Amino acid sequence: MSKELIRLTDLTMKFDTETVLDGINLYINDSEFLTLLGPSGCGKTTTLRIIGGFLTPTSGDVFFDGKRINDVPAYKRQINTVFQRYALFPHLDVYDNIAFGLRIAKLPEAEVDRRVTEMLEVVSLKGFENRSVDALSGGQQQRVAIARALVNQPKVLLLDEPLGALDLRLRKDMQNELKRIQQATGITFIYVTHDQEEALTMSDTIVVMDKGRIQQIGRPEDIYNEPKNAFVADFIGESNILDGVMNDDYLVTFFGRQFQCVDKGFAKNEPVDVVIRPEDIDIVPASEGHLTGTVTSITFKGVHYDIIVDFKGFKWLIQNTDFEPVGAKIGIRLNPEDIHVMHKSEYSGMFGDYSSYSAEYDEIAEGGEDEE
Amino acid sequence: MKNKSRFLAAPYAVWMLIFTIVPLGIVAFYAFTDAGGSFTLENITSIGSYFPIFLRSIWYSIAAALICLLIGYPVAYYIAQCKPTTQRFLYMLIMLPMCMSFLLRTLAWVALLDDTGIINSLVTHFGLKPLPLTRNPFAVISGMVYNYLPYMIMPLYTVLMKLDRRLIEASQDLGCRPSQTFFRVILPLSVPGIVSGVTMVFVPAVSTFYISQKLGSTSTIMIGDIIESQYKTAYNPNLGAALSLVLMALIFICVGIMNRFTSSDEEEGMMTL
Repeated sequence: MSKELIRLTDLTMKFDTETVLDGINLYINDSEFLTLLGPSGCGKTTTLRIIGGFLTPTSGDVFFDGKRINDVPAYKRQINTVFQRYALFPHLDVYDNIAFGLRIAKLPEAEVDRRVTEMLEVVSLKGFENRSVDALSGGQQQRVAIARALVNQPKVLLLDEPLGALDLRLRKDMQNELKRIQQATGITFIYVTHDQEEALTMSDTIVVMDKGRIQQIGRPEDIYNEPKNAFVADFIGESNILDGVMNDDYLVTFFGRQFQCVDKGFAKNEPVDVVIRPEDIDIVPASEGHLTGTVTSITFKGVHYDIIVDFKGFKWLIQNTDFEPVGAKIGIRLNPEDIHVMHKSEYSGMFGDYSSYSAEYDEIAEGGEDEE
Repeated sequence: MKNKSRFLAAPYAVWMLIFTIVPLGIVAFYAFTDAGGSFTLENITSIGSYFPIFLRSIWYSIAAALICLLIGYPVAYYIAQCKPTTQRFLYMLIMLPMCMSFLLRTLAWVALLDDTGIINSLVTHFGLKPLPLTRNPFAVISGMVYNYLPYMIMPLYTVLMKLDRRLIEASQDLGCRPSQTFFRVILPLSVPGIVSGVTMVFVPAVSTFYISQKLGSTSTIMIGDIIESQYKTAYNPNLGAALSLVLMALIFICVGIMNRFTSSDEEEGMMTL
């Protein structure tokens, strides 16, 4: 589709004794929208800052267009950044903020004016030229920050949680806006976020990170449907994760029952993690179910109900549009494609049990993030 | 809310009334009366002959403030870059001379610069001629710099410490070489600290006395010394009051001009007198 633009090889970053990045290997294609996704402290911002030239890796190399750029300072890189909380220049107005990079590049003032005016149009801030940046709302500051970076027509745009400070509605609008700009300009976007939904919506490629390591790289659909380990399965969406044994290709046993599945290539009778997405589970009368359990709680979520069902002491999350009363005996059916089998990993047993489920789980997961 | 918080300023308002407004009135009264207590403009009109001394005081003080700025800015910048613990230590070192008596500091400077002082005894020790370090403008200005430098460093340090690191990164990101980052981002954003520091050095320097008496000669005498002499040796408090009043007006004008350099939206952290 397109050629490789950036390559990171064996990137390691240590601050004092703490290892923040541990052997990152990644290539990024030209014109790609790539998202680094992970929880606070996973190393995603550090990776971005190394690409931007604000940090020098402890070991490993950064290549840009085939050339090693470890020692190239930030100001010489054809890369621009949209900073977390924007970092606009408070002593300059909107126009001068956007014109900053062009004036440093000593472009003729007529050209500067043409490009700044054009960029103001793109981010719908016409008429705001002479406003002080402090007088703008969060969304407007955000757009100035994007314009200030994009106006330089960089090869690569780095975005560090650019929508973190905006409210939900504005965030959705800006997601579409950013995706549109990226497709229109063909600039490579490297986007950092901890918001899995944002990552799934916008990205061509998602890189899931945790503990300074890449857990999985793939298209959004692949990451969601075929998570590599329990961490990815839990971090991207909701997952019930169970202990199972892979009897043979397309045959897996869990909860003492054998199921058909679509996975293969495991060792005979290999212990595995089994992922079942809560929205894939069909509720049926108890007598018709593959498994039967008791409803222990139900929470209305708008589009669906979150139903917690106790199967032999292990609690599952099921998302269903029909109401089931607490205490009801229900059955569930699982189709082969609802079951996803993963190799055991260091994360096995840490995620996917909803015994401690509380209705606030997603609010907690999205809690204030201020990383590195 | 507004009505209640007004009372919080009351102690200072009383203080200000008793120790600033009333004395100012007394100074003004003296300035416009003669020894007998009747109204006269003679004190004010006779000030014309002191014009060169006013000019000299302002000139020396501007020079001292600029030298303080040139010495103080790099130091403040350096301290603001250090680790927090190092910052506290260095800040304390900067403050340290201020804990010493003003007189003592000036006398120490005399001991350094005198014809038979520490520097010149070293110079003569090597068989060179003693340097003319004292009884000249250089000695007076350097004495002022020595005394008032901490007042310059403090506001500069405060502004530079608060400077958002990400703005520096943003400028690098947009292609600034280190020198461009300094002139286009760091310097403009530290203007409030510069104005504050220059004001805090200039104002006490222009009205200072004693430094010139100890380090200068009759040709470097400053307006503060003239005012002092009116009260202590010439016994003409009326002229002294008139000189003080005019000095005050001149300081207001100078500070006003200085504050013109900061645009209206950068007033935070600025010192206006």
